Amino acid sequence: MWNWFHKLASPPHFYRIASAFEPWLLWLAIACMLTGAYGGLVLAPADHVQGDGFRIIYVHVPAAFLSMFSYALMAVASGIGLIWRMKLAFSVAAATAPVGAAFTFLALVTGAIWGQPMWGSYWEWDPRLTSELILLFLFLGYIFLRQALAETRQADRASGILALVGVVNLPIIHYSVEWWNSIHQGPSLIKLEAPSITTDMLWPLLAMIIGYQLLFLAILMTSVRTQVLQREQNARWITEQLGTENIHG
Amino acid sequence: MRPRQQRMLAVTAVVVGIAIAATLVLRALDENMMYFFGPAEIAEGLAPQGEPFRLGGLVVEGSVQREPGSLEAIFDVTDNVATVTVSYTGVFPDLFKEGKGVIANGKLRDDGIFVAHEVLAKHDENYMSPEVAKMLEEKGHPAGVTTVIED
Amino acid sequence: MNEFLDMGGYAKYVWSTYSISLIVLTLTVVLCKRTLTNTRKRVLRRQASLKESQT
Repeated sequence: MWNWFHKLASPPHFYRIASAFEPWLLWLAIACMLTGAYGGLVLAPADHVQGDGFRIIYVHVPAAFLSMFSYALMAVASGIGLIWRMKLAFSVAAATAPVGAAFTFLALVTGAIWGQPMWGSYWEWDPRLTSELILLFLFLGYIFLRQALAETRQADRASGILALVGVVNLPIIHYSVEWWNSIHQGPSLIKLEAPSITTDMLWPLLAMIIGYQLLFLAILMTSVRTQVLQREQNARWITEQLGTENIHG
Repeated sequence: MRPRQQRMLAVTAVVVGIAIAATLVLRALDENMMYFFGPAEIAEGLAPQGEPFRLGGLVVEGSVQREPGSLEAIFDVTDNVATVTVSYTGVFPDLFKEGKGVIANGKLRDDGIFVAHEVLAKHDENYMSPEVAKMLEEKGHPAGVTTVIED
Repeated sequence: MNEFLDMGGYAKYVWSTYSISLIVLTLTVVLCKRTLTNTRKRVLRRQASLKESQT
């Protein structure tokens, strides 16, 4: 187990595994998302309150879920990097930030478009909405901080600390709807009780979430390779690796 | 850019970012914790007179009266303890319904009527088809019993 | 079909959220792939020039 873990953590090994898995993850993601979209737009019945407008849930909830998942992964990877001085962990953290920012942006925009007809407002300075906006600023802050620090080691450390400090925002996002009077409704899915959504509406949502998750991993496989190449540009294995890649196209 | 300048820029960026974040959090909490009142609190006189705040509760069944030919409407909001009459001129959100949750932004007038400049509908996290909702209602578990405003 | 496109009157909200999601996700995938290709080219050039200067 540890042997396998060490092997995976070595940049050349991870680079090869990432190259091999990336296309599979991407096609599986597309398949799941098409299934979810078909189920959500066509097969699922209209909601008893929101009618067909509720179908926005199938693009809103997966984006919101992945925005928080990405941040958690970025923070854990930063933590591992800071404690064990592991270069690959920092590569993962740095590769996650732009994707996480994209998911957060989507969660905010789809939420705003959903809020207009249902609540009667695109935006409210509400705890749930505000804490999700802060998540976007944390991702952007992380990205700009890395760009401002040219030296990789310094950028890794400073941005890693920022990522860890920002973790406090995650429970705030999740529990904001319970702690404060929020316009946003409570969780339908991630809670101790059974989901507050019937099965015919639930399965497309789960397919979408799995699809988004797989897409996230596929993008990560690409972006981590970019990070590894930038960091190891003087290493010998790169020449050999890129040489074989060119032969195979 | 020299390394020292870069570090200064980075530190400034972080400080500015945290400052913006903190401001946003405080702003949100301010509006929602300090300026949120239910009908019972208004009845006790806890809500500010002449200052804007948020009123939350359920729309009383059968209380919505629309002025014919205009966008003016009055309705009652309750938390099952006290009731406040709200006056609002404007378009209601799609989910504004009698018996459902509502959040109104506005001020309390001297005569005790809450004059709202914005009315938002609050829905719950239950999703189901109209058929399932009807079935639940027949069994005596009304669908989407709003559990808002219980603080 | 028209009934499906109309989305019970919510057409502009439903279709705009789905299109924005599709555009942003596609853009993210394409941009990340392009960055990798560019980085790969740059690293290859760099290593080639290093080799030249050594010989």
